[in-house]
Amino acid sequence: MLDLAWLIPAFPLLGFVLLILFGRRLGEPAAGWLATLAAAGSFVFTVIAFIGLLGEGTEERFHIIKLFTWLDVGSFQADAGLLIDPLSITMCLFITGVGSLIHLYSVGYMHGDPNFSKFFIYLNLFIFSMLLLVLGDNLLLTFLGWEGVGACSYLLISFWFSDESNASAGKKAFVTNRVGDFGFMLATFLVFVNLGSINYDDIVTRSGEMSANTATLVVMLFLLAAAGKSAQLPLFVWLPDAMAGPTPVSALIHAATMVTSGVFLLTRLNPLLAEAETWSTGLVAWLGAGTALFAATAAVAQNDIKRVLAYSTVSQLGYLFLAVGVGAYVAAIFHMVTHAFFKALLFLGSGSVIHGLHDEQDMRRMGGLQKLMPVTAFTFIIGWLAIAGVPPFAGFWSKDEILLYAWNYDEAQGKILWAIGLVTALLTAFYMTRQVILTFFGRTRFFDATAAEIDQGWENRVAAARAEADQAREAEQAAEAAMGKASADIAKKQEAVVKAEEKLGASDPADDKHDRLVKAMQKAEAAVVKAEEKASSLVAGVDTAVQQAKEAAGRVLALENQAQSAPRPAVVVTARTEAVELGEIADHMPASYVHRQEYHPHESPPTMTVPLLVLAALATVGGGLNLPFTKDLHFLEHWLEPSLFGHEAEVTSSAGTKWLLAVIAVTVALLAILSAFAVYLRGRRDPATIERPVLANAWYVDQSYADFFGGPGRVFFDMLAWFDRNVIDGAVRAVAQGSTWLGQGMRAMQPGFVRSYALSIGLGSVLVVVWFLGRLFV
Amino acid sequence: MSLLAQTDLTEFATPDIAWSLLAPFVVMAVGGILLITITSVVPVLRGRGFPAGFTILTAAVSAWFCRSIWNGFAENGSQSIVADALAIDRMTIVVWAIIAMAVFLVAALFDGYLRRENFDGPEWYVLMLMSASGAMLMAAAQDLILIFLGLEILSIAVYVLAGLHLRRLTSQEAAFKYFILGAVASALFLYGIALVYGATGSTNINVIAGARAANDIGLNPVEDSSMVLAGMALMMIGFAFKVSAVPFHMWTPDVYQGSPTPVVAFMASAVKVAGFAGLVRVFWDGLGYYAPDWRPLISVLAIASLVLGSFMALAQSNVKRMLAYSSITHAGFILVAVHSLAGGSEGGLDSAEGVVNSVAGGEAFLFYLLAYSLLVIGSFGVLTMIGGRDDRGHNLDDLRGLARSRPVLAGLMAVLLFAQAGVPFTSGFTAKFRVILAAANSGSYVLAGIAMLAAVVAAVLYLRVVVSMFMVDAPAVAHAMTATVDDSEADAETEAAEDEADVVDPDRWARIPRPAMFAVFLAVFGTLVLGIFPWGENALREAAVEIAFLRQAG
Repeated sequence: MLDLAWLIPAFPLLGFVLLILFGRRLGEPAAGWLATLAAAGSFVFTVIAFIGLLGEGTEERFHIIKLFTWLDVGSFQADAGLLIDPLSITMCLFITGVGSLIHLYSVGYMHGDPNFSKFFIYLNLFIFSMLLLVLGDNLLLTFLGWEGVGACSYLLISFWFSDESNASAGKKAFVTNRVGDFGFMLATFLVFVNLGSINYDDIVTRSGEMSANTATLVVMLFLLAAAGKSAQLPLFVWLPDAMAGPTPVSALIHAATMVTSGVFLLTRLNPLLAEAETWSTGLVAWLGAGTALFAATAAVAQNDIKRVLAYSTVSQLGYLFLAVGVGAYVAAIFHMVTHAFFKALLFLGSGSVIHGLHDEQDMRRMGGLQKLMPVTAFTFIIGWLAIAGVPPFAGFWSKDEILLYAWNYDEAQGKILWAIGLVTALLTAFYMTRQVILTFFGRTRFFDATAAEIDQGWENRVAAARAEADQAREAEQAAEAAMGKASADIAKKQEAVVKAEEKLGASDPADDKHDRLVKAMQKAEAAVVKAEEKASSLVAGVDTAVQQAKEAAGRVLALENQAQSAPRPAVVVTARTEAVELGEIADHMPASYVHRQEYHPHESPPTMTVPLLVLAALATVGGGLNLPFTKDLHFLEHWLEPSLFGHEAEVTSSAGTKWLLAVIAVTVALLAILSAFAVYLRGRRDPATIERPVLANAWYVDQSYADFFGGPGRVFFDMLAWFDRNVIDGAVRAVAQGSTWLGQGMRAMQPGFVRSYALSIGLGSVLVVVWFLGRLFV
Repeated sequence: MSLLAQTDLTEFATPDIAWSLLAPFVVMAVGGILLITITSVVPVLRGRGFPAGFTILTAAVSAWFCRSIWNGFAENGSQSIVADALAIDRMTIVVWAIIAMAVFLVAALFDGYLRRENFDGPEWYVLMLMSASGAMLMAAAQDLILIFLGLEILSIAVYVLAGLHLRRLTSQEAAFKYFILGAVASALFLYGIALVYGATGSTNINVIAGARAANDIGLNPVEDSSMVLAGMALMMIGFAFKVSAVPFHMWTPDVYQGSPTPVVAFMASAVKVAGFAGLVRVFWDGLGYYAPDWRPLISVLAIASLVLGSFMALAQSNVKRMLAYSSITHAGFILVAVHSLAGGSEGGLDSAEGVVNSVAGGEAFLFYLLAYSLLVIGSFGVLTMIGGRDDRGHNLDDLRGLARSRPVLAGLMAVLLFAQAGVPFTSGFTAKFRVILAAANSGSYVLAGIAMLAAVVAAVLYLRVVVSMFMVDAPAVAHAMTATVDDSEADAETEAAEDEADVVDPDRWARIPRPAMFAVFLAVFGTLVLGIFPWGENALREAAVEIAFLRQAG
């Protein structure tokens, strides 16, 4: 059955090729289904290989299937072969298993994306590279896969590359990993120089030929490589940024595959680690413990749902390194598998939430979703219980195993490592509880106005008031104008009265004109009275208008002040946080707010929820792989034995100690969960005292890198760049220019005339003849 | 001790065996004669489809016979036939197979080309078949006279082919130059044969190889070192001309640029392969004893070809000419392999290490010939298709934007160019890697180093072509100053407007003939397969072992 093992990587490769050729023609969703089938086919053959291995004796479970010799010249031989042993098949099982689920999920998640088929091309290539990485029978093939997953992660993270931040996140991942790859390459060369081979077969059987110093150096270099790929201190910075990619990518990269390759590499090379000085494995353990604690503290203060999970992943990977460092390879693989289950579940769950909420990633704007998205909430809660270490979910068993081995490692060191692990477990339970509460419990904050929207609302409100004030001022001006006009009218009428009086005085009273003049005079006086009446009726209007204008101006000022001091959404929220009272601005909210009120958060389609349910089941029962109760239940340990060559550490603690440690771990986890409930659900304590900016910024590590590389480092790099530009490039350009000149010069020798060609041939012939005849005298 | 020495003169007289072993060659020669006869008698068949189909079939049958002869080797071993004049050994069959493959692929290229250029008539195919039969004769011949005969049959047909594009003056010019210079080289070669004959009393390579050995123990009074050396010098010139090694390369750029493009594909593959086969046959099989004398010269020719070929290629703006120089660089690589092959004689073939190195050199030699033939036919095949009417559009600028309008073609070309540049997972990488490693193993570090540097320099020029195909907006490398059409505006109307003033057909990339596409696809497929899988590994190794031991056999 193992003869068919080559089909494991062949399926995704075939899918990749087919999608390249026909992907666009297949379109949505056929391209996605094809890719899913390819991954599922690979899974089927992994299972077949798994069954095949199970049927064999423990000693025989180490097969090298040579596919072909790539290069065979002289003493150098590069083969392409597969190494089928329990370790590689375990890796393959969850890479293809979880990978298939992620493919299926992506069919739903990427719905409507214009580059739908391209996404699946990358996914299949990623799976293929990852399988090459774990199945390759030599370091070169592993490196090929190593680089392949690096390239795919770059492509996938920056999949929506038209957004600048996505593109730069992809670049960051790529560049950071380069640092680690450098270690990988150096280590490979060192191994080749020392053993004359880079086959795992030779490395595991002949690692004793290396001196302890060489082995230590090799292990250190591989540790650098592993730290880059598995996002350990100090190379973790790319992982939180990698959240920019589509969610299935996060799940694929984080949970099941790429980040575990560092741990896989160290496990695969366990005989080398055994040869190395003990301090080097100790360093692996300390690095892991440090990373675990560090990332867990950072996760406590993140608000982006995916960033919490990203830091959580870094932290859990730290556990794996801790396990490898203390020689607990089985525990490392055990936790790697369970982590693959529950972290993929959590990532896909968060993706489902983001999908349902119209690309909203801020947990402060979630809440209460368990009613709107029941399946997602149910499965997410299982993932939470698993990662928090609540028995009997998967995470409890594997984490407990690691803590036990840490305790057992070394007298003093072991206890400190265990304590760090325990604190990390406490923080893990705490931040995951916080995430679940903020996302699924309490009030649905999705519809709340954001700070920006409220700002906009106030701006709109003030603008409306200003418009009113302007109107009032215009009315006031109009009234005053009317008043002026009325006064002018009165004056004119009074003038007419004066004129009429003059005429009356000058006339003869006896004249019969006199009567007429008297009448006119009376009429004029009446007109004055009328005009005065009219004016006095206007006075009140003018007063009102003035008053109103004054009031409107005052209202503008008041609103401006109010806008300054009006409540904004809280920066730190709990489930109890109330929505901001809109009041004044309720009718002035921007379109984004208004539209959101009409949007209905919804549960995701079955292509997304089915994978969630499957993963939830696995996260529940995954602990059964390696139950601690009796030796017979150590399935994983027996299974992995042929890959570990007896380098697994021994546990010497008594059963009582084991029980005690487990009880302490569970107690701590429950305490953390309860305190998180107290803070975030019941509001017993202001969460701002917990979510410090220093934590939110992950202790400013990333920031200080940026500052260094942008500041003092910059000067150095500028110098380097100058050197590169002027000296190295200068040399290169000189060579290029020189070559071109040389070529141009030589071109002059090729004028196109047959006679000059004949001359060249003639001269050449003379030289050849002279040479041969010269040999006569040698 | 040897297979050849056991061959009894009475055995070859059985005509059955001889004919069956000669079948690939006979098929090729008779195929050519039949084709011209049939088409003269039945004018209807002169149309375009029949000659191409006939030629392809002929090549396929010839290749099939090669295969059956190869399968017979396990039982019968290699043999000398026709009075020791022809050696049917593994190298012969490998080279024959390469030639048959070249005829097969180039015939497919001819078809579309002749339709586009509006030529008809079977003479293109007939001449190619004749030339191929000459090449096969040359590869198998064990007699200097026969080698010369093969060389001339091969060359004269190719001279005519070079000039067959009647409307193009450059085509006439190419044929003329090729002919004049080729005649000079032939004359020198013939003179060299005469001198060697004078010195050893025979034109048969086995006898020549034996002559020195006989001389050493005082049995052969004829042998005269000075005459042998002078003869070797002149023959070396003849071969160097055929394989276009510097400084006998001058004809190559002009001829490659001027000749019809598919003819160049044939010239660069079959003709060169035959030349190299003859070189190894004469100098290693026949004159291997003198390897210390000629081997340093090979390294000089190799270095000159590597260096000059790659630097000159950089200065070209015409892609055909560029590839002509790059083929000179390839010739340099193959010469490095020949150098390693002959290296065994200095360490002594008696030492196990010497044998291993020699075998490695022979393997590198054969692998390079195979890989190179596929690459060069594929590359010139693509150029054939995009050349446009009158076969003119071969400037670097003419390839601009090919990736947008003809993505598949550009992709195939890119693979071929990457392979020529020696990118891993292509046959080009494996071939160069083998050559360099064989050189390093046999202690020629300088040669290996120069080969590596040449590979680096050459990589630049292939990438230049790739860049111009894929970067539409990249400033034209060669004609940046004269370009008048603004790319951003012209995108939509590139094909329509850009070339109206030019001689090139407006939609020059619009019509892609299927047979030619198929041929290029096969070449690319072979290139990738050879780069990833060790296809034919054992066959090449067997052949290389045989070559390495041939001198001992003689």
